[in-house]
Amino acid sequence: MIRTFKRAVIVTALLWVILAWGFTFLLLGLAHLLFPYQADGSVITWHGRAVASAHVGQNFNRSLQYFWGRPSATVSPTTGKPSPYDALNSGPSNLGPTNAVLLDQIHRTIARYLATTPGLSVHQIPISLVESSASGLDPDITVQSALIQIPRVAKYTGLSPRELRDLVYREVQGPQLGVFGVRRVNVVTLNWALYRLLHR
Amino acid sequence: MSVSTVATWAVVIGGLLILLKPLGTYLYRVFTFQPTILDRPLKPVENVIFRLIGVSRDSSMSAVEYGVAFMLTNLVWAVMAYTLLRLQGLWPFNPQHFGNLSAGLSFNTAASFVTNTNWQAYSGENTMSYFSQFAVLQFLQFVTPASGGAVGVAFVRALAGRPLGNFFVDLTLLITRVLLPLAVIFGLFFVAQGVPDTLAGYLHLHTLTGAAQTVPRGPIAGFEAIEHLGQNGGGFTGANSANPLENPTALTNIAESIAMGLVPVAFFYMFGLFTRRTRLAWTLIAVAGTLYLIMLAMIYFPEAAGNPIVNQLGLLGHANMVGKEVRFGIGGTSIFETSTMAFTTGSVAAAQDSFLPVPSLAFFLGLFLNMVFGGQGVGLLNMLMFVILTIFLMGLMVGRTPEFLRKKIEAREVSLTAIAFLLHPLLILAGGALAVSTKAGLSGIFNPGPYGLSEILYAFASGAANNGSAMGGLNAALPFYEVAIGVVMIIGRYASIMAMLLVGESLLKKKAVPQTTGTMRTDTALFGGILLGAIVVLNALTFFPVMALGPIAEHYLLLAHHLFT
Repeated sequence: MIRTFKRAVIVTALLWVILAWGFTFLLLGLAHLLFPYQADGSVITWHGRAVASAHVGQNFNRSLQYFWGRPSATVSPTTGKPSPYDALNSGPSNLGPTNAVLLDQIHRTIARYLATTPGLSVHQIPISLVESSASGLDPDITVQSALIQIPRVAKYTGLSPRELRDLVYREVQGPQLGVFGVRRVNVVTLNWALYRLLHR
Repeated sequence: MSVSTVATWAVVIGGLLILLKPLGTYLYRVFTFQPTILDRPLKPVENVIFRLIGVSRDSSMSAVEYGVAFMLTNLVWAVMAYTLLRLQGLWPFNPQHFGNLSAGLSFNTAASFVTNTNWQAYSGENTMSYFSQFAVLQFLQFVTPASGGAVGVAFVRALAGRPLGNFFVDLTLLITRVLLPLAVIFGLFFVAQGVPDTLAGYLHLHTLTGAAQTVPRGPIAGFEAIEHLGQNGGGFTGANSANPLENPTALTNIAESIAMGLVPVAFFYMFGLFTRRTRLAWTLIAVAGTLYLIMLAMIYFPEAAGNPIVNQLGLLGHANMVGKEVRFGIGGTSIFETSTMAFTTGSVAAAQDSFLPVPSLAFFLGLFLNMVFGGQGVGLLNMLMFVILTIFLMGLMVGRTPEFLRKKIEAREVSLTAIAFLLHPLLILAGGALAVSTKAGLSGIFNPGPYGLSEILYAFASGAANNGSAMGGLNAALPFYEVAIGVVMIIGRYASIMAMLLVGESLLKKKAVPQTTGTMRTDTALFGGILLGAIVVLNALTFFPVMALGPIAEHYLLLAHHLFT
């Protein structure tokens, strides 16, 4: 028994050196050698300032001139209050399919789109645009979700719907390798493209 | 069904099918100490390890010795993990200056990761330092699946009529020859796809709207690789593989789904090679595979059809996207979720709590059966447990002495197997009963209606099956759940493993009986069908009543458009 215990301790120590340190630092080294941009978090900079991480969504849903992402249910880890797209506390709403709160939230999101977007009707709004994501950090919306926001963005930016439509289509990401995943638009990069268009 | 869904499923399922034979053969060669391609670089390293712990490659242990070595090693890891987490503030690589974990959370996390459950009562990105992530949790995600896999290897050796082998040798080889090389490959792929891997602190961003956003980083890619290769499922962040930092693309989603299944499925084929019954192995693969496909269908079709209450609002499209990510679509989400429940990984690419009732029934199926390939080694143990039970039942029906692999199955084996089988529902149902009959348990419920009960049952089933995913609404951070789930995980892991090790040894010691025309054949489609039936009936008898009160009740209420407040 004691001999077995000793062996357990020694094997733990040896494997700890290999797996906790050797593996971690080998991969860190290889990652920075081969894919330094991704390894550092795919940081997007603007005039030398870090403004976004390419895969992580941000909250635009309070600014009428920008395209909005999906609802985010994240709460602040310090205050426990709603804090959309808080990357420090990723997570979903956890609302079940028969929870009245879920329906209430969907109704309110729909109402907000209808109130702010000229000429929009309910049957044009994609379901994913009014239902909150799993991480609260989903950077993507479907192409249709971006297109239906054009009248609002046009109204508040002064750009023409046609310019905006071209902009959205330039930002469409197809499925990976042509087949895997969904055709979508990254809201963060879309809004940066919009910003550049406004400040050219 | 979209082209993307078909392509995604084809790659995951086809990939696992193509790889199971070569990888299973490789495992067989590793654990019979035959030459393999990795001998040259790795043998010297392993020899140093074996010399320092004082064992030789070909030494062997009895079932009790093997079990004791397994338990003691796990104990060392638990003490180590508890201590390192409890004193987190003292260690380096903590750029966010996170403090010590509480005693309750340290216990729950140590129990959870050592038992390969990886239930998380915390969110990594605001609790764990980089040191805790890579030197404690990532380390455990390597060694604990390997220790479960080692027991699986020993059991298979016993069934094949060979000595059990040495726990320390099997543990080491499963890591150096299988998990470590695969983790480097998958880790690099994840980085290439955009998973961060760095020791730099969190990113402070100035967003376009003038707000500030802090994005966690860290040594995530390697963590992510072993999280899935070991069917661990402990995420780096709270949202686990739904978080774009952990699972940024459709391809990483596919890679993670494959990574979870690689080793467990290969174990089934390895079993066939050990016992020289590859037809039996294919029968078992077909049975588990059928259940996998049933689960996939149970998850995909209802989710694609959507929530009838939401759909009457007349929005565009009808899929249930609550708690899902756009980039995976329903197809990618479904295959990931099926894999995580079948292989008992427990990482999630969506919010379990927000799935419709039929998909959540599929999740429960995975948790209850625990052998739809299951975790590496352990899933095979559970499958063989059902095989022994089925043979026993068939023997009773036709009035013949049950035999398996030319060994008679008698009172001792059946008793031990029955204990291993009954323990699982006992933990889930007794735990659930305790929770719903106490204030402490009830106060953790989040969703009103039948899903409240489902949340509790899911928590105990996830603990007992060492899966670790959660219907996330449940407040797992309550002391009641920290302790209760912690205890359930420990019993669920060790008691059944020990029982099955003893079954293995007991069969090993028996004299082989000659195979005659009267012997019941186990490698036929007929046996596969009966096995599948027995698995379904045994579990339905145990769990149907409680499922009727949870997801099944929810299903009918949903169809009636009933809302709960």
